[in-house]
Amino acid sequence: MIKVQNLAKVFGTKRAVDGVSFSVNRGEVLGFLGPNGAGKSTTMRMITGFLPPSGGSVSVGGFDIVEHPIEAKRLMGYLPENAPAYTDMTVYGFLNFTAEIRGLRGDARKQAVSRVVEMCFLGAVLHQSVETLSKGFRHRTCFAQSIIHDPDVLVLDEPTDGLDPNQKHEVRQLIRRMGEKKAIIFSTHILEEVDAVCSRAIIIDRGRIVANGTPQELRQRSEWAGAVTLRVKGVVASAVTAKLYQVPLVKKVTVVDDKDGHVTVRAFPKSSGNGALAQAIGEAAHEWQIEQLHSEEGRLDDVFRSITMPDTAKEAA
Amino acid sequence: MNSWRNVWTITKRELAAYFTSPLAYVFIVIFLLLCGFFTFFVGGFFERQEASLVRPFFDWHPWFYLFLVPAVGMRLWAEERRVGTIELLLTMPITAWQAIVGKFLASWLFLALALALTFPVVITVNYLGRPDNGVILTAYVGSWLMAGAYLAISCITSALTRSQVVSFIISLVVCLFLILAGFPPVINVIEQVSPKLVDLVTFFSVMTHFEGFQKGVLDSRDILFFLSVIGFSLFTTSVILRTHRAG
Ligand SMILES: Nc1ncnc2c1ncn2[C@@H]1O[C@H](COP(=O)(O)OP(=O)(O)OP(=O)(O)O)[C@@H](O)[C@H]1O
Ligand SMILES: [Mg+2]
Repeated sequence: MIKVQNLAKVFGTKRAVDGVSFSVNRGEVLGFLGPNGAGKSTTMRMITGFLPPSGGSVSVGGFDIVEHPIEAKRLMGYLPENAPAYTDMTVYGFLNFTAEIRGLRGDARKQAVSRVVEMCFLGAVLHQSVETLSKGFRHRTCFAQSIIHDPDVLVLDEPTDGLDPNQKHEVRQLIRRMGEKKAIIFSTHILEEVDAVCSRAIIIDRGRIVANGTPQELRQRSEWAGAVTLRVKGVVASAVTAKLYQVPLVKKVTVVDDKDGHVTVRAFPKSSGNGALAQAIGEAAHEWQIEQLHSEEGRLDDVFRSITMPDTAKEAA
Repeated sequence: MNSWRNVWTITKRELAAYFTSPLAYVFIVIFLLLCGFFTFFVGGFFERQEASLVRPFFDWHPWFYLFLVPAVGMRLWAEERRVGTIELLLTMPITAWQAIVGKFLASWLFLALALALTFPVVITVNYLGRPDNGVILTAYVGSWLMAGAYLAISCITSALTRSQVVSFIISLVVCLFLILAGFPPVINVIEQVSPKLVDLVTFFSVMTHFEGFQKGVLDSRDILFFLSVIGFSLFTTSVILRTHRAG
């Protein structure tokens, strides 16, 4: 549904987006990650036709956004960053207006408005002026606007920003459910959302894609992936590390904690993946009193840090 | 067909926006007070001993509009940019032209309403004497066209900035030039410098082109002048909106 090829955007001398290519099919939810200023919003603005690209192309449902903007925009719903909405209107007036401009008339429009009011829990503020809405409600109003015409393609720039935990949960559920039938791109700074919602994630840094894969695949790239944490009682730390270094699969062992006779160590495998390391360590440690033994899955925030800030991530490790 | 529907949707929204803020009412009241005051007291309506509206009433319009029209037009795009709704508007399945024309029409209709509300003045004149209502009508048409030209210029300045105040000041200055280019004291100065320039300079003045309407003459060249100012300004607005986004 969405095909982005070699997309670039130059602001003055700054390359905000620099050769980004990816595609999103129907039934996919693509998470868009990256540090502040990476170029996520700029990419989305080009996909939705707000900013003209400096280079490359975007096609939505087969329509090029520059050549056939109206057809492409018709297929798309867009929640811009910061969720702007006309402050001089009521929530109801605003939704009515966006439905009308999307070409919905008469009964179809009424139904569309009441559908999104229900989906986004806007009933209580329906006749309140947008200007006086709390941030979360304004966000929901703008989100409602983006799905009012039940589009095939959704572009959401930080859709859960400013929502309370319950609403965050609702919106994630909604995105996941809609993602079964639509093509969705959404950006976020909350890494759990990637796990909860995305079928695929892209990490973008300084305008370039630096990682692209399923959340599972990304996690594998963490140096933690497959690491085993072991806590034992009644042994000195040096004895534990010495013993673990004899296990063939182990690359490195670090002492995490050593207090009151409880020793916690972490062993990193030579090749990441599979649970063989945990097994081997369990056997090596069988004569000690094991309090805890578990295998790390790899953590997305780790991957995120090591990819987007390679230098500081190493220092911390 | 469809495109006029989109234009009308935008126009309706903008019109509604005017009336949800007190600005619209304040504007209309000020406009009517100014009209009444200048016509009957400053314009010397009663001293003229004739029931004519044209001079005492319409002569002031270019000057009223100088302040009032930029105030009506300043929020059109500046507010949209400040709040960020321009990103919504321009990612809707409409063309930038439809949005520009829709917004312009809304403000122009609003000005038409303000102008129409001066009808008590016309009634008063008709009560006091026998004015030529045909002339009054053409003068109204001319006044509205002139307001449209000012307004289109305000559209440009509004698209240039996210600050309404800046927009107001710039369009006031530009409109002032359009008046002064045909203002007798200024023309006298130009005439002394270079008599050949006078025709050229006055051609660009709204005063010159408004003059005909006030005499009851509907000259196609005058109408064309105002319409081209509007067309050209709206086109410039579209260029500005595009280049702004091009970064
Ligand atoms: N209109 C503009 N003019 C000049 N530079 C811009 C403009 N818009 C964005 N930029 C620059 O482009 C870069 C990318 O910005 P963008 O908003 O896409 O980042 P982002 O990934 O969305 O960040 P965040 O996580 O903070 O939302 C930034 O360095 C920003 O300063
Ligand atoms: Mg952003």
